Amino acid sequence: MNTSNHYDVIVIGAGPAGLTAGIYLSRAKLRTLIVNEGVVGGQLVLTHEIANYPGVESISGYQLANIMKKQAKSFGCDIKANISIIDIALSDDLKKLTLSDGTTYTSRSVILTPGGRSRTLGVSGEDLLKGRGISYCATCDGDFFTDKEIVVVGGGNSALEEAVSLTKYASKVTIVHQFDHFQAFEHAVREAKEHPKISFLMESAITAFNGSEKLESVDIQNLKTGSVENFKTDGTFVFIGYLPNTEFLKGKIEMNQMGEITVKPDMSTNIKGVFAAGDSITKRYRQVTTAVGEGTIAALASADYLHSLTAQN
Amino acid sequence: MLYTNLKHIESASEHAKIISENENVMVICGRMGPMCIPVYGIAEELEEEYKHVKFCDMEFDNPQSSVIRNLPEVRGFMGIPFTIYYKNGKVVKATSSIQSKAQVTAILDKEFAVTTNA
Ligand SMILES: Cc1cc2nc3c(=O)[nH]c(=O)nc-3n(C[C@H](O)[C@H](O)[C@H](O)COP(=O)(O)OP(=O)(O)OC[C@H]3O[C@@H](n4cnc5c(N)ncnc54)[C@H](O)[C@@H]3O)c2cc1C
Repeated sequence: MNTSNHYDVIVIGAGPAGLTAGIYLSRAKLRTLIVNEGVVGGQLVLTHEIANYPGVESISGYQLANIMKKQAKSFGCDIKANISIIDIALSDDLKKLTLSDGTTYTSRSVILTPGGRSRTLGVSGEDLLKGRGISYCATCDGDFFTDKEIVVVGGGNSALEEAVSLTKYASKVTIVHQFDHFQAFEHAVREAKEHPKISFLMESAITAFNGSEKLESVDIQNLKTGSVENFKTDGTFVFIGYLPNTEFLKGKIEMNQMGEITVKPDMSTNIKGVFAAGDSITKRYRQVTTAVGEGTIAALASADYLHSLTAQN
Repeated sequence: MLYTNLKHIESASEHAKIISENENVMVICGRMGPMCIPVYGIAEELEEEYKHVKFCDMEFDNPQSSVIRNLPEVRGFMGIPFTIYYKNGKVVKATSSIQSKAQVTAILDKEFAVTTNA
């Protein structure tokens, strides 16, 4: 065996949960590798300002992620970023991982921290017109839609809050939502309903985005009658919730029907030596602080597991 | 202020200088937000591998970034970052909004393909 490719623990995902696990494990002198598909920091780097991370009054997510990364590296943690996993074998005592560059890594314990991402609609024209009228971030792209008529898709807190914030720019905002009621806080619903620039198309869904150079219209289906209307619009913002990044673990680990990994209070999963933490597990509150807390628990439980193996031998 | 590790272009004249002095240039024009940061991160990651490409960024809100915002190639763009690929000073490709590493490398490999000299 190539010993340099054998680690005590492999952590999958370098968001706040994975980086925290990396800090704890490498500080405990366990040889640790973090493998990350995207940019180190995960959703944390996407956050303009974090004002609810105790001990730090205000910091950009990008800076906080870079400090976490530096901390993990300073204790000797290895990090491989912007690389994807093409195969993962978790069930045996020796866990095995194959990456897209053809390298293979093994370890006795794995911590899964792949986090989540915003959901896209997945309808025709969406990929083509992203950045040409379709957006997923109001603070990023809102000002392109000054004095324009736009559509906001979704019925949760972020959809309603972002619809209100987009009225700073847009002349008219139409909220398209698939149900006849909203899944948002009362005050967010009230604020949107009372706003003179906002109107609603309930029990409706976008079935296509149309336009060649830029978005020109959307097809909106009335879900009660089935009829489809072509609706002229300059822009569409999509806020339809969140998906855990666990597709690559399907059939390999226990999850609920939403694809969230099932864990016990010590963050262990149904497979021996495999732990999980952060946004990808079954839980209610998805925050940096909760991810960091669970990352800590998973790391300590993983270290305990490795010690118990050594004690047995 | 863009706190990336890329070369920052601060002015229109610096932009002109960079695209005239380097054969292959990628400029990411954006802010510090969720659609832009992943693209900066990818460029930082690729700098080592694509030594024949100059990777830069420019602040979208810098008035002098009009050299990018007014390009005919970005007409219709309504999502940051605006990413522009220049070959010998000419725009060969432009993209709007977030891109994956695979999308970026596909463009780099096509537009800035390395030809081996005999
Ligand atoms: C716009 C926005 C604003 C937010 N604001 C706040 C805030 O103000 N305060 C707060 O506390 N929280 C905030 N959050 C939530 C917070 O960012 C998340 O709860 C936290 O980042 C979750 O951490 P995580 O480590 O579980 O996952 P993530 O941050 O999602 O990181 C997971 C990492 O795993 C990688 N990955 C995924 N799949 C794989 C794979 N197959 N192989 C390898 N790597 C993989 C991803 O690329 C990513 O880097 C915000 C989130 C968003 C999107």
